[in-house]
Amino acid sequence: MRQVYDMGLGARGDEVYEALMTAHEGLSEEESHALNVRIVLLLANRIGDADVLKDIFETARSYA
Amino acid sequence: MPAYSYAPQPFVRPPELDGGATGAPVAIVGAGPIGLAMAIDLALHGIRSVVLDDNNVVSVGSRAICWAKRTLEIFDRLGVGERMLAKGVTWKVGRLFHGGEEVYSFDLLPEDGHKYPAFINLQQYYVEEYLLERAREFPDLIDIRFLSKVVGHSASPEGVTLTVETPEGSYALAADWLLACDGAKSATRERMGLDFTGQTFEEQFLIADIEMEDSPFGDHGIAERWFWFDPTFHPGKSALLHAQPDNIYRIDLQLDLGADAKVEASEEKVIPRIRAIVGDKPFRLDWLSVYKFRCIKLERFVHGRVVFVGDSAHVVSPFGARGGNGGIQDVDNLGWKLAAVLKGEAEEALIESYHEERSHGSAENILNSSRSTNFMTPKTPIEALFRRETLRMAHDQPFARRLINSGRLSLPCSLEGFALQTPGEGKLRPGQPMLDAPVGNGWLLPLLQGEFTLVGFGEIDLPDVGVRRIGIGQSGKGYETRDDHGGYALQRYGTGLAYLVRPDGHAAAVFHGEVPEAALKEALARAMGKSCEREIA
Ligand SMILES: Cc1cc2nc3c(=O)[nH]c(=O)nc-3n(C[C@H](O)[C@H](O)[C@H](O)COP(=O)(O)OP(=O)(O)OC[C@H]3O[C@@H](n4cnc5c(N)ncnc54)[C@H](O)[C@@H]3O)c2cc1C
Repeated sequence: MRQVYDMGLGARGDEVYEALMTAHEGLSEEESHALNVRIVLLLANRIGDADVLKDIFETARSYA
Repeated sequence: MPAYSYAPQPFVRPPELDGGATGAPVAIVGAGPIGLAMAIDLALHGIRSVVLDDNNVVSVGSRAICWAKRTLEIFDRLGVGERMLAKGVTWKVGRLFHGGEEVYSFDLLPEDGHKYPAFINLQQYYVEEYLLERAREFPDLIDIRFLSKVVGHSASPEGVTLTVETPEGSYALAADWLLACDGAKSATRERMGLDFTGQTFEEQFLIADIEMEDSPFGDHGIAERWFWFDPTFHPGKSALLHAQPDNIYRIDLQLDLGADAKVEASEEKVIPRIRAIVGDKPFRLDWLSVYKFRCIKLERFVHGRVVFVGDSAHVVSPFGARGGNGGIQDVDNLGWKLAAVLKGEAEEALIESYHEERSHGSAENILNSSRSTNFMTPKTPIEALFRRETLRMAHDQPFARRLINSGRLSLPCSLEGFALQTPGEGKLRPGQPMLDAPVGNGWLLPLLQGEFTLVGFGEIDLPDVGVRRIGIGQSGKGYETRDDHGGYALQRYGTGLAYLVRPDGHAAAVFHGEVPEAALKEALARAMGKSCEREIA
């Protein structure tokens, strides 16, 4: 089931979005793809809660 | 073409052409919003200035239209805020579209208890007209010279000499200070060979102001702000629709990379684009412009006796409305400092703090504007992908809405951590701009701005050290007091706290429970740029 998420980044959303774009700067599409995978895995590990992660995966998938 | 009727300002032969001299200590180059506001601010401190402008009309084209709350509060102090509020359009509802769909709408839900709204829309020519009329109310202090082009200057540690060209000949004008308010193309800056560096955006935008009887926002006739990402009428680009007074609407359209500006700004090209947005309703084109933008600033705003203010010091992209707004905050910051130096109340070193504080403020404006612009103009397929998915999720995900950046509200920067502020903790920390609140039967900010003020909230006594004192939510103290009308002030500032407020409305120091006279004097000296050590010694 799709979950609804409130802003978790407080006032620093723009800063994080910018940092994410900067992380991709200069990469080919394929390299960006791979970078995204690494980011997802790192974030998953950092969140560390399997149930929370499954909710996130399901929510993301629900827009497909 | 424009609906606004420009009144040409007369050329008045200056005494310098006949061997005389006005002897005003300040020469202001440029009578744009910044130069005019600067002259008024100085006049309110009793300082004389000469304002020189190469043109003889106010802003050609509507240019800046969004004026933020903090700017309106400064305009209020300068005596034009209420007039601008009365004329301007205050919008509340914003709608964001992606493709053919509305993603979400938001209500600005203005916070109660402020004299001014989050911002208003008002064409720059009105802003300049009102400032000019206000400046004319100080004939002994402000000498405005139109059709007077500054073509050269020289500066020494003691003063400046300007070369001015006029229809009746050229002359030299001597002053103690030169304030370069000559805009983004500042000739003063170029003459001095100063680097103007930062990010340049390749994208071009088309601005069209149209006049139309019927509201493009629908039948209820209430002004809104509409922003489109990738609209069906303009695929792959962004578009913005905003309301201005006099039934004028602003349309911003992002153009293709490398588009030919001349072709894009032709009526054949523009009319169908506007039709696609407003439908069959009749309209008239009022102003067209194609622009590219940069986010750049000078490294230093103060060069001896030459000080850069407004666009001459920094240029930002229009998204986020920080150009004019940021410049008015420059004026607010510099006015009282320069007046204090000229009156011998502070040392020249105080002007250096203008550079420190406003260079920081403009860097913050540039950061915010660049982020908005980058979000609006994805550079790579991966950036476009991130944005598209953010927009898709924003239909129902609050977090994703907050990531969408179609321009952030221009907010004043905090001056916390800079030399003039005495560090401290409070509901509001030293360096932050003071917040408005209803007090008595008026407003708090007009009581605090314009000169150093000690303001106390709730139970706290304010000692007399020669600065203006105002008590809020207290009575019978032997100085001016006001009721905390509706409880806003104490809620925003805390109770039993006192703040020393700078003339530009930023807190300089905070006191809890009591205000020790020595500590207050020290904070005041510090805020005037005198080092504490010197004060103690
Ligand atoms: C399309 C557009 C939209 C914008 N929207 C917004 C907005 O919504 N909100 C916002 O805050 N800002 C906005 N801005 C920015 C805003 O218009 C500028 O920041 C503002 O005009 C800066 O004012 P200024 O007085 O520093 O410079 P200017 O307005 O450029 O004034 C400079 C003056 O100096 C004079 N001058 C120049 N050289 C000389 C010389 N040698 N001798 C004598 N006089 C001289 C010029 O004639 C002019 O009158 C926008 C800008 C554009 C172009």
